[in-house]
Amino acid sequence: MSIVKQALRAGRHALPKADPNFGAPIDTSHGPILYVEGISVSFDGFKALNDLNLYVDDGELRCIIGPNGAGKTTMMDVITGKTRPDEGSVFFGQSINLLELSEHQIARGGIGRKFQKPTIFEALTVYENLELATAANKRVWSTLTRELNGAQKDRIEEVLHTIGLITQRHQDAGALSHGQKQWLEIGMLLMQEPRVLLVDEPVAGMTGEEVEHTAQLLTSLAGKHSVIVVEHDMAFVRSIARTVTVLHQGSVLAEGSMDQVQNDPKVIEVYLGET
Amino acid sequence: MIKYGHWFLALLLSCASVPALAENDQANPDFETLVQQLPQGNLRDRMATIEALVSSDDERLLNLLTALRNNDLLADDGEPPRVARRRDGQVFDVLSGELLLDDTVETLSRVPVNNMMRRQLQTTIARLSLNNDSPQVRYRAVRQMISDGVDADIIALLRERDEIETTLLVSNAIETAFALHRLDSDNPQTRLSAVERLRGSLESEARNSLRRLAENDEVTEVREAAAEALQSIEGRVTFYRAVESTLFGLSLGSVLLLAAIGLAITFGVMGVINMAHGELIMIGAYTTWMVQQLFPGLIEWSLLIAIPSAFVVTALVGIAIERGVIRFLYGRPLETLLATFGISLILQQAVRSLFSPLNRSVTSPEWISGTLTINPVLSITYTRLYIFIFGLMVFFALLLIMKKTALGLKVRAVSQNRAMARAVGVRSSWVDALTFGLGSGIAGVAGVALSQITNVGPNLGQAYIIDSFMVVVFGGVGNLWGTLVSAMSLGILNNYLEPWTGAMLAKVIVLVLLILFIQKRPRGLFPQKGRAADG
Amino acid sequence: MLTQRLLTSDRGGMIVLGIIAVALVLVPILNMTLPRESPFYVSNFTVALLGKFLCFALLALAVDLIWGYAGILSLGHGAFFALGGYAMGMYLMRQIGERGVYGHPELLDFMVVMNWESLPWYWQGFDMFWFAALMILLIPGLLALVFGWLAFRSRVTGVYFAIITQALTYALMLAFFRNEMGFGGNNGLNDFKTILGFEIATRATRAGLFVASGIALILGYLSCRYIVTSRMGRVLVSIRDAESRTRFSGYKVESYKLWVFVYSSMMAAVAGALYVPQVGIINPGEFSPLNSIEVVVWVATGGRGTLYGAIVGAFSVNYAKTFFTTWSPQTWLFVLGSLFVLVTLLLPKGLVGLFNHLKRKQREDNPPPEAPSEDAATIKSPGGAA
Repeated sequence: MSIVKQALRAGRHALPKADPNFGAPIDTSHGPILYVEGISVSFDGFKALNDLNLYVDDGELRCIIGPNGAGKTTMMDVITGKTRPDEGSVFFGQSINLLELSEHQIARGGIGRKFQKPTIFEALTVYENLELATAANKRVWSTLTRELNGAQKDRIEEVLHTIGLITQRHQDAGALSHGQKQWLEIGMLLMQEPRVLLVDEPVAGMTGEEVEHTAQLLTSLAGKHSVIVVEHDMAFVRSIARTVTVLHQGSVLAEGSMDQVQNDPKVIEVYLGET
Repeated sequence: MIKYGHWFLALLLSCASVPALAENDQANPDFETLVQQLPQGNLRDRMATIEALVSSDDERLLNLLTALRNNDLLADDGEPPRVARRRDGQVFDVLSGELLLDDTVETLSRVPVNNMMRRQLQTTIARLSLNNDSPQVRYRAVRQMISDGVDADIIALLRERDEIETTLLVSNAIETAFALHRLDSDNPQTRLSAVERLRGSLESEARNSLRRLAENDEVTEVREAAAEALQSIEGRVTFYRAVESTLFGLSLGSVLLLAAIGLAITFGVMGVINMAHGELIMIGAYTTWMVQQLFPGLIEWSLLIAIPSAFVVTALVGIAIERGVIRFLYGRPLETLLATFGISLILQQAVRSLFSPLNRSVTSPEWISGTLTINPVLSITYTRLYIFIFGLMVFFALLLIMKKTALGLKVRAVSQNRAMARAVGVRSSWVDALTFGLGSGIAGVAGVALSQITNVGPNLGQAYIIDSFMVVVFGGVGNLWGTLVSAMSLGILNNYLEPWTGAMLAKVIVLVLLILFIQKRPRGLFPQKGRAADG
Repeated sequence: MLTQRLLTSDRGGMIVLGIIAVALVLVPILNMTLPRESPFYVSNFTVALLGKFLCFALLALAVDLIWGYAGILSLGHGAFFALGGYAMGMYLMRQIGERGVYGHPELLDFMVVMNWESLPWYWQGFDMFWFAALMILLIPGLLALVFGWLAFRSRVTGVYFAIITQALTYALMLAFFRNEMGFGGNNGLNDFKTILGFEIATRATRAGLFVASGIALILGYLSCRYIVTSRMGRVLVSIRDAESRTRFSGYKVESYKLWVFVYSSMMAAVAGALYVPQVGIINPGEFSPLNSIEVVVWVATGGRGTLYGAIVGAFSVNYAKTFFTTWSPQTWLFVLGSLFVLVTLLLPKGLVGLFNHLKRKQREDNPPPEAPSEDAATIKSPGGAA
């Protein structure tokens, strides 16, 4: 079974779910699922984000590129609640103000994140890593008294297949190769069943074949999920991108298809020597 | 305004008189023979000896007679007096004036005095003190007279001095004495003018007399004037009390600053949790003691020798700790904490085994002891004053090192981005060792200062370690100015709380407040900002 | 199923529990039935000593649960131990009744000395065992709840947390030293007579306390096993190793930390409460920061993050302490200090880790027929959390 088909199956399971933290399902009646408006963040006088505006449609695959220090990671920090902006607003759907929620609430509500450096729990096994990420009741008492139910365990098996780590299931995650760790983290994202996936440099350190698989997986996820990919690897971006947003000095420099963006004189100036 | 003038003057004088060392150049045979004769003969003979001594007009006289009056002049049985004890318990040689480390004075006996001699000594000492070169001594003498009660004889003595007195502080005190005397006058007008004169006085005698007058004087006008004067005095007393509290707080703050500032380097800049920091302070204090043992003839200079010695000794110990243990634990703060705690236990026990578990007494040189009296309600010991100045000096020296020297630049570079610093050619391991040595050396220097105000024993460091960490954390890790502000404010807070709650509870309250504060602002008063700090 | 989860998959733990269970039966029998001359006789002193060690082991277990699994280093756990001890001490003091030196029916001796006229409100109720037992859990638990809530909510972690817990126990020590606090000041609470109506000094009572401590330790161990083998245990480990990642996985990290911290504080309090009647005194010295930090060394020596390692550590370090302090008191602090340094530098996984390493090496030399056991597989890098 090809990895893509598995991913598609995975996608079916990831249908939007009402979360106890949010109460109501996410309202995307106007199109976008994520509204980032007028965000500014400064550290010690340095403006990491400067009046940033970004709208991501439901089911869209969006690539974000930009030179170092353009504010890509800070933007993700703001959306996931790690950093509080000085100004601006971030809405999830029409009605959920993400700036009022803490990291775990945002995560439970349906925004998953993969970090630039693969951060998995090295002391736990591959299986346990996925178990942790599973969309289940994550309150203290429930984790103490209840194991996962059958459906949830089946789902873990499925994702183990999807990410190709079925034979390593009882191995410590710390012992995996770099690429496998990336995959595990993507698997954990899938287990979270998010509406929006924020993926930071997913293919760093992967072999050519692995990159290809990742591209297939991410493309297949779009539609059911909204996927935001931050990446430096231009070839990879070109292979998956429909809409590309270029960040520069904390705000949006250009937005459009890969070709439009590549021919934009402002972008060429910023990227002179790169690409 | 006048009072502030005194303050400043007194401060200047105190600074000028620091190196008043080695004053026994001129040997006075008369004086020495007379001292030998002091315990001999009957009462009349001995009083005559004192008269003769007074006329010898020797510089050592005042100390000698004061000791004699206080029953602190000591001699081997039947022998001439050898040593004398000061009010603070330290012992000096009668003839040379040098401080002695040998404290086996329990075997000596007192040179006897009786009441008649004591009265004679009283006036002699008063006259001598009144004509002493130091305004502080003269001022204290006048105050002593005031509190002993002013009679016609004293007034005569004071009048003599008033003619030639040039220091405002002293002549004001003399004026107060006159006014107090005039309060007993039969003439209401004189009493009224005396009340007027006493309006500015902070002397407790003046307040007592005024209170008496306000209640009992037969003339209404005098009563009212006294009551009013009393009220204005109370206001000023409250003010000076507050000033004193603040000064004491600053002095406590400077002790905290000294204890914490080394930590501000090792913990704040390098991020190393050194639980043995207190023991480094302790080693610095022991170095002071060792210096005094090695050079018993140089007590007056001992602190100046001890400061560099303590710096070198503790810096070496610090470098040894860094090279031997800490460097293997960079990036593992909790392990560092445990390992250095182990080192602190070893150091404590080592000192306990090498020296003794008992406290050692470190002698305070002459120039650092004594009290600076600014007015009757405001006085501060020289020790506190010097530690305050010393603390600031160490702070600014360190600030200079960190901001202006190549080492400081490298330290900051390594602490901000180790890999990058190494890439541009900074030998980071060498910088680590030196920085840790610097922080440790400063702990040693703090130990020298602490040896002057607290007992030097193996547990000295433990008392300061938690406080020091609190100061650094409160001020904001990695920020030297923050450490200064936090040390001073904690010192002042502690000192304002103490009269209300008692020393121990004040400490508890400060700790609890700090714990609460850290909850509110986990990165301290002056946090380092930026992406790096978000970690 | 549950026994499988708690015990059989945990070989080291089974061995340690087995030894404790045997000792619980054997020690009192050998102590009470044999004559003094017998080579197998266990002296009263040894019973008291072992009882003390059992309490220490329970305390070490409490610290290992939060440090080894959740990565919360508390340098103030001795405070909860001491508070539990004080609560028990208050019950024991109230039991003295008129047998005190001054024979006052209600006031304690030190209150009579201080000329107090009536029993302070916070001493009320402690004459009833059930109330005292409740307070033994409640007071330290409440303190941990408030303190932990404040600290975890504002994300005070790692070294900062360690230092403020140390300040907490230090502040409590200073407070309890004050006579006006009404806990006997410097002298603390001592001179106990009876517990639950039994004379405290008799052999049988001592044996009973010894057995009670052992049972508490076994129950404590099993409860910790239950926690660390549950999903929650895995969440705690992930908090230890990557706190912010755990947040982004949707876990409210503060709640987990708070829960386990409070649970651990109560375990420490029970240990303290069992300790006090066996040593016959509780004073503010128990709050000393050194005590708390010593507990951490027991855990580190035994092997952080293995639970039974904490018990092994508590017994071996305390045995060494008893040995050295009788043989040459001077050397003990040298030994303890070196232990801190050596364990952190050379034995990051403690004695248990060393033992497992040797065993594995042996097994590699002669290949084994069986599959690798799963014990201790949950914890791989105790040094990982900062």
